[in-house]
Amino acid sequence: MIRIENLTKSFKNENSRLVALNNVSANIGNGELLGIIGSSGAGKSTLIRHLSLIEQPDSGTIWLDEIDLFKLKGRDLLRMRRQLGIVFQGYHLLEQKNVYENIAFPLQLVKMSKTEIKKRVDELISLVGLNGKAQAYPVQLSGGQKQRVAIARALASSPSLLLCDEPTSALDVVTTKSILDLLVEIHRKTQVTIVIITHELSVVKAVCQRVIVMDEGSFVEDGSVKQVFTSPKHEMTKLLLGYQEGQL
Amino acid sequence: MTELLIKGTFDTLYIVSMSTLFALIGGLPIGVLLVIWQKNGIAPFVYGEKILSSFVNTVRSIPFIILIIALFPFTRLIVGRSYGIQASIVALVVGAIPFVARLVESALAEVDEGLIKAAITMGATSWQIVVKVYLVESVPALIRLVSLTMITLVGYAAMAGVVGGGGLGDIAIRYGLHRYQTDVMLLTIVIMVIMVQLIQSSFNFIANRQDRRRP
Ligand SMILES: Nc1ncnc2c1ncn2[C@@H]1O[C@H](COP(=O)(O)OP(=O)(O)OP(=O)(O)O)[C@@H](O)[C@H]1O
Ligand SMILES: [Mg+2]
Repeated sequence: MIRIENLTKSFKNENSRLVALNNVSANIGNGELLGIIGSSGAGKSTLIRHLSLIEQPDSGTIWLDEIDLFKLKGRDLLRMRRQLGIVFQGYHLLEQKNVYENIAFPLQLVKMSKTEIKKRVDELISLVGLNGKAQAYPVQLSGGQKQRVAIARALASSPSLLLCDEPTSALDVVTTKSILDLLVEIHRKTQVTIVIITHELSVVKAVCQRVIVMDEGSFVEDGSVKQVFTSPKHEMTKLLLGYQEGQL
Repeated sequence: MTELLIKGTFDTLYIVSMSTLFALIGGLPIGVLLVIWQKNGIAPFVYGEKILSSFVNTVRSIPFIILIIALFPFTRLIVGRSYGIQASIVALVVGAIPFVARLVESALAEVDEGLIKAAITMGATSWQIVVKVYLVESVPALIRLVSLTMITLVGYAAMAGVVGGGGLGDIAIRYGLHRYQTDVMLLTIVIMVIMVQLIQSSFNFIANRQDRRRP
């Protein structure tokens, strides 16, 4: 169980203060498949940087079970980071390493034995549907295939939470569908908690059970996808759903 | 005469390879520190970065021929003499370390910043990021850097010849300049040009083969 508690973060520019996260709170249960949606600048990436423990909040915190994530230091922090899987919009693979080595990377960090790594990586390669591509280098892969590698890499250390920051924004419609199907299948098979951050309504509709709508650093709506999208309350939700002004 | 030129060629090759080797040993860690100590590097240490950076700039701004002479006492301390092959190597290493450090720095700066962030979120230590991400990802650039350093040192080694540093430069000065044997002078030039070409093309070949970003 993840508890986001009054999380606040602001950035100081030359002469203004920009509140990127404004006192947001939410609980994310184990095994949930949650979508967080918002327009550009809503604070989605800022939120995910906090969830991935590379940014410190001004105030508030995130709890993972009984652990206050922002109190972790040194070795404990590294250990916690290794329990999170993150998929980025830009893939960020090692260009000089092949598919196999990329997926093995997080396992090498924890000095897992070669035979164990092989077993795990082979498993993941077939889970994400990249059979026969183990020796290929990223440059030889399509965007969708690269994202599959990135997903396999994120899952390598068997995380309890998989964070996806705009996982399909760089992909075409067909590839997007296949990646989303893959995420749903992974969720079904492993029951890992998945948080997908996106600005695309279709992504949330296709895969998520629950959705949080973000606007200007706040969570403005939070509920089941069905409920939020059939009876939207906040202006931003309506905007995302494509309601026209005057039609409301 | 041929014998002299062959010996000179091998001396130059020896001087260049040894000083490249030591310059890499010294320059690589400095280049890495210049990157990771930056304000938004993976192990920020701004003062350390400033100090290293000004050391690098200082040495780089001294003309090499003056550096060689200024280093005489230091060279004598290390190898016992201020002339000859060993002495050349000492001066070249000192002169090349900052050069290598800056090249390493710019090679590592090319590595995808998002990949570094990704490695951090995967719980990689700073050491792991340097060894398994920064260095691995810049292998082709680092190979090209070795060849650039060697080529630069072929020229610098010739300059060291001015003060009796041995090798082809030494021969060119003693025979070509002082004894007016223009043919010797020309031959040393031809040999150096060939040397540079060979270094360039062989390292380029290796770098291209190691570059996985080419389809
Ligand atoms: N490091 C930073 N320094 C200053 N301002 C920042 C920083 N990071 C984010 N911001 C600002 O905070 C706000 C929220 O940014 P964030 O990247 O979280 O938005 P987002 O919802 O991910 O948008 P997008 O869909 O465009 O990625 C933006 O106005 C942005 O300019
Ligand atoms: Mg973003």
